[in-house]
Amino acid sequence: MNMNLDNSKNRLIVKSSTANLITIRKFINNKAKTYGFSSSETEDIVLAVDEACTNIIKHSYHSKPNFDIEITVSFSDNNFNIKIIDYGETFEPASIKELNLELYRKQRRVGGLGVYLMKTLMDDVTYSFVKNKYNQVLLIKKLIH
Amino acid sequence: MTEFNTSTKEIGDVNVVYLNGFLDAHTASVLEDTFSSLVEHKKFKLVVNLKDLDYISSAGLGVFMAFIEKMRENKGDIKLTSMNEKVFNIFDLLGFPLLYEIFDNEEDAVNKFTGNE
Repeated sequence: MNMNLDNSKNRLIVKSSTANLITIRKFINNKAKTYGFSSSETEDIVLAVDEACTNIIKHSYHSKPNFDIEITVSFSDNNFNIKIIDYGETFEPASIKELNLELYRKQRRVGGLGVYLMKTLMDDVTYSFVKNKYNQVLLIKKLIH
Repeated sequence: MTEFNTSTKEIGDVNVVYLNGFLDAHTASVLEDTFSSLVEHKKFKLVVNLKDLDYISSAGLGVFMAFIEKMRENKGDIKLTSMNEKVFNIFDLLGFPLLYEIFDNEEDAVNKFTGNE
């Protein structure tokens, strides 16, 4: 399996195949539960990370399966931080601000639903990049108890 | 291990499609193939039973979006039934209840097509 857990166990590196989405979901599921999120919150986080990685595979690596996706998690000040890095083409989903499902239906297009879900399910989603080096998306979920 | 699969059952001119497992960007093509095959056989009246669907991401939702117009143009539809709360929440978040008829049980969805209220 294309998977590598480093010593800290807070990082997962997988190849950019959609076959690895299940591995990514398991990794995030375990981490979220460890940090104390409820089942429902954990499901939201898992879906948001799935969407982020699916976008990377499709848009950054153009569905080529042999490139790295690096996921690093940390927990501080009640924030669960999930940093996802890729080395593919930079894409900028920032223009997708609001969902217009009727438009999607008419145009039979579905791109953008994932970004909408990410922004709805997480407290913060930030895209950044260093040109010709790497792209980063940082997802943050607050733990509220 | 199979992450996702489908099976179908014919009830008159209605086809019930059962989804099982995890529907994501990796497995969405399985559902695409199922819908494409039904369209090829001119089966446009579909009830999709999501009772055993554990997970759906936008890639899976996209498959429904890709086929709904095709079915309706041919006097059919895609009606959804028996989804668990978790899956419904995702459909709901994206406003799908406005676009799709969603039923609690399969029989009601089939009857909507056949007119046996």
